[in-house]
Amino acid sequence: METQVNTAAGPQETKPVRKKKNKISRRENNWRGWLFIGPYAIIFSIFILIPVILAAILSFTNFNAIQFPKFVGFLNYITILTNDAEFMKYVLPNTVIYAVIVGIGGYVLSFILAWALCNLTKPVRTVFALILYSPSMTTGVAMTVLWKVIFSGDQTGLLNSWLMELGIITEPVLWLTDTRFLLPIVIIIGLWSSMGIGFLSMIAGILNTDASLYEAASIDGITNRFQEMIYITIPQMKPQMLFAAVMAIVGAFQNGMITSMLVGNPSPGYASQLLVNHIEDYGFLRYEMGYAAAISVVLLLIVQLFSKGANVLLTEKDPYGKKGVDKDEGQED
Amino acid sequence: MKGRKINPKRFEIGQLKIILLILPLVIFMGMPIIFIINHAFKPMEELFAFPPTFFVKNATLENFSKLIKFSDSSGIPLSRYLFNSLVVTVITVGLALLLTTMSAFALAKIKFKGRNALTHINQIAIMFVSTAVLIPRYLVICKLGLIDNLLAHILPLVAMPVALFLVKQFVEQVPDSLLEAAYMDGATDLDIYLKVIMPMIRPAVATAAILVFQQVWTNMETSSYFFSDDSMKTLTFYMNTLVNVNNTVAGQGMAAAASLIMFLPNLILFIILQNKVMNTMANSGIK
Repeated sequence: METQVNTAAGPQETKPVRKKKNKISRRENNWRGWLFIGPYAIIFSIFILIPVILAAILSFTNFNAIQFPKFVGFLNYITILTNDAEFMKYVLPNTVIYAVIVGIGGYVLSFILAWALCNLTKPVRTVFALILYSPSMTTGVAMTVLWKVIFSGDQTGLLNSWLMELGIITEPVLWLTDTRFLLPIVIIIGLWSSMGIGFLSMIAGILNTDASLYEAASIDGITNRFQEMIYITIPQMKPQMLFAAVMAIVGAFQNGMITSMLVGNPSPGYASQLLVNHIEDYGFLRYEMGYAAAISVVLLLIVQLFSKGANVLLTEKDPYGKKGVDKDEGQED
Repeated sequence: MKGRKINPKRFEIGQLKIILLILPLVIFMGMPIIFIINHAFKPMEELFAFPPTFFVKNATLENFSKLIKFSDSSGIPLSRYLFNSLVVTVITVGLALLLTTMSAFALAKIKFKGRNALTHINQIAIMFVSTAVLIPRYLVICKLGLIDNLLAHILPLVAMPVALFLVKQFVEQVPDSLLEAAYMDGATDLDIYLKVIMPMIRPAVATAAILVFQQVWTNMETSSYFFSDDSMKTLTFYMNTLVNVNNTVAGQGMAAAASLIMFLPNLILFIILQNKVMNTMANSGIK
């Protein structure tokens, strides 16, 4: 397919007749392609692309949702870096801690679990995968009710009652108001729900690895499962690893719901305030939308940056020499 | 012996070790789900029992009937929210599947100018964080005059880059020779899309359906920000207000019932379609 596009794009040196023919088929193809992708492209533009561009524009303004936005240059960005005490003191450290533990930790955990599941028979694997995936379906109401009951601050809270029974604590702990516990709780819930679609992708990736390679490796002296994992499984499933990494990164940075649903926004003492909560706080509680937009842009850039990083890490080399495929995809990256 | 460890056909003792190792985690992940199911059927005294109980003893439907009764007295009946949610979910999933499969076909199998750019843009958009652009999205909805219009529930969720990406990867697996043969026989693009591509990508369609469904069914953003008319809001939003506003004794029971109602459809749909999902995920890699 790549060759077709290339010849169509650079037909200068070919004969005039050929050029004309190419042009016609190209125009025809364009029309056909856009006919099929058009509806999606329109909706995508209106509800994803334009909002992102608008956020970028708004981030250079002072906008309170009532008056027309006033251009302020880089003021919002300068404020984020120098003048937003909550951001520097709570939001940024919280986000970094959350992203490192839930993003990287969740990613490693999903790989280990996916790999473990693939060493089991299909019925067991299916049941386990379903159980592990189910928390990522537990959003909104179900999640709130569940964890509020577990972490309830009085004796009727499940955790309190268990800990008291075990004699670890003597009186109930106010889990959801004590600022010391808020971030750890949010992180635990984040980890709990981090076996999402990336996890499923990893299972599929491992199951798809070429079985003959394992046999070859065992002849070459690879003896244990760990070596197998490092030298055979991971190199073969890099594309799935990358997909899962992107999903993990997005999940790590966009999950503000746990905080806002469990303890409200802003959280007590900003103890579990994440970037997304900070955006909601400024955008919808304080109506400083220009500033909120600037934080949004920072967030989008952070996610892009980390995804690029994952891209570099996981696509550096391909030992299987699928040159044609790689070349094709390489142009898209 | 060696080399057959991935995806074993039979149970061996070695697997027991792995099961024992991951069992604590599986329990940690699964317990809350069991709890949600049990909690919803607990009568009042068990909900507030001390010490609190994990499993339900005398299961009752009391919480569900209370939920229905409460909503009847609050002006807008539960059925209205349920109706909104059903309409929104069905239309969104249907529309999303149509647009996603059409574009996946175009991106994977039709050569046209801008295809690589579009594929690239969509790939970047997988990393899109929707909360980050809530404000501009609100402005767009305002400008289009969609505030309090049912379309404001639907349109923002129709384009889902991850779903398109997964379906596109799947369509690429359809052999070109098959399409060429069909074109030779005089098939149009529409024929190919409907009669060749669609039947072959059912697993990917099922996966996309689950992804879109989960996003629509649990979405609260559209109700909270794009609607001021309560009768146009969705069941998810209503259930959420129950949990947050009614922190009373009676509210706890209703919240427990609500959480099960909201969670169950996701779970059931996933159980039914999990085979197809795994099939799709095999092509999920980003190269």
